[in-house]
Amino acid sequence: MTDEKPFLDIRNAKKSYGKLEVLKDISLRVNRGQIVAIIGPSGSGKSTLLRAINDLDPLTAGEVWLEDVQINKKLPHRQYEKHINQVRQNIGMVFQHFNLFPHLSVRENVTLAPKMLKGLSDDEAEELAREQLEKVGMIDRIDYYPSRLSGGQKQRVAIARALAMKPKVMLFDEATSALDPELVEEVNLVMKKLAEEHMTMVIVTHEMGFAESVCDRVLFMDQGVVVEEGPPEKIFRNPDNERTQNFLRKHLANANR
Amino acid sequence: MDVDLMMRVYPFFLKAAVVTIELSVLTTILGLIMGSLGAAARLSRFAALRWIGAAYVSVIRGTPALIQLFILYFGGPQIGIQLDAFSAGVIGLGVNIGAYMTETIRGAIIAIDKGQREAARTLGMSQVQSFRKVVLPQAARLMIRPLGVNINALIKGTALVAPISVIELTYTAQRYIGSTYKPFEMFLLAGVLYMVIIYVTGRGIAWLDRRARIV
Repeated sequence: MTDEKPFLDIRNAKKSYGKLEVLKDISLRVNRGQIVAIIGPSGSGKSTLLRAINDLDPLTAGEVWLEDVQINKKLPHRQYEKHINQVRQNIGMVFQHFNLFPHLSVRENVTLAPKMLKGLSDDEAEELAREQLEKVGMIDRIDYYPSRLSGGQKQRVAIARALAMKPKVMLFDEATSALDPELVEEVNLVMKKLAEEHMTMVIVTHEMGFAESVCDRVLFMDQGVVVEEGPPEKIFRNPDNERTQNFLRKHLANANR
Repeated sequence: MDVDLMMRVYPFFLKAAVVTIELSVLTTILGLIMGSLGAAARLSRFAALRWIGAAYVSVIRGTPALIQLFILYFGGPQIGIQLDAFSAGVIGLGVNIGAYMTETIRGAIIAIDKGQREAARTLGMSQVQSFRKVVLPQAARLMIRPLGVNINALIKGTALVAPISVIELTYTAQRYIGSTYKPFEMFLLAGVLYMVIIYVTGRGIAWLDRRARIV
């Protein structure tokens, strides 16, 4: 790791639901252009950590910074709303279940937020939509409604929708977990393309092979703590921690079954 | 069955049917307003508003509509509310059906997957923007049919204003029974006209529902 000033900085993140601690003092620094994968068993807190980055699941304690802005600032409701809406425009998020807007066409899904929030004209929005849909290989479906797309296609549109806001960071919350196996690859390819363009990304995933080939750094989380972190070759080939070893062994066994 | 008599009186029943339709339309409008306010209150982030919304729904649904109308029309003057029968009918029925519509509208809104709102919020849209552009358009489609059920009930419910002498269908039937002693014919006539109103409304709702289907 470099000693460069971190781009995205999570400091001492803690989160509990009543007595249940789901995040126990986690810190994570991501440099510009870095790609970090978070792996771990379900219930380990990895999605919660990801969703804390854009304050979708606010932390109980700790700070999240993007460049020199604290994302999870404590502010009176109205000011907070203004602040967070501004901040979130810089953070793209892709969900496990796509969450495309079913009442809008592919084009409208992509252009809704940029038009509304950045005041783009129809022509500008059209150009933007075409550019982003081109990138994810969905330009020929621009007039379709989500119900007529496959899961992989939906997820690619969802990525285009997030990219249309020109975010500084992209968060992927198990983006391929809900997909049929044969559709995973097309989404992975899009994510690889983003990686090549040096998009800063935090990826919660169960795709170990993908994480190994794309990421700069891997975090293994279990029971609300980061058990082990390091470069992918280290974590996947030669992990130090017994829990990491067990998890990977089980995961491999499942994958080969 | 005295068909001749029915032919002779039916123009008066048609006039009364127009009153029933007017009552129904105005009550629907008031009901939708009350229902939207009620749903907004029930879904508010302020506990006090949520409580008011819940109280409105449980009081109205927990008492007979007829009693509510009587309190408003007969009891109203005692506490300084003086309304003519027609206005009392619209307000009473509208506030009544509004409680049912509150639950219909609220139900449709909470039926929208929370991922929809989250996706909108992560793009940077405000609460209001996410609601207006993402949640509401989807919820509106979901609520057409159940609101149709509410409206169906409301049209039949307009008969409840007969006892406070609004000259609508049921009142008219009763009045002609008084002079003709032919309850079978008179109620049959009124019933058929109710059915026509309800049938046409039902078709309208079904048409709206089809048109609003998500492609």
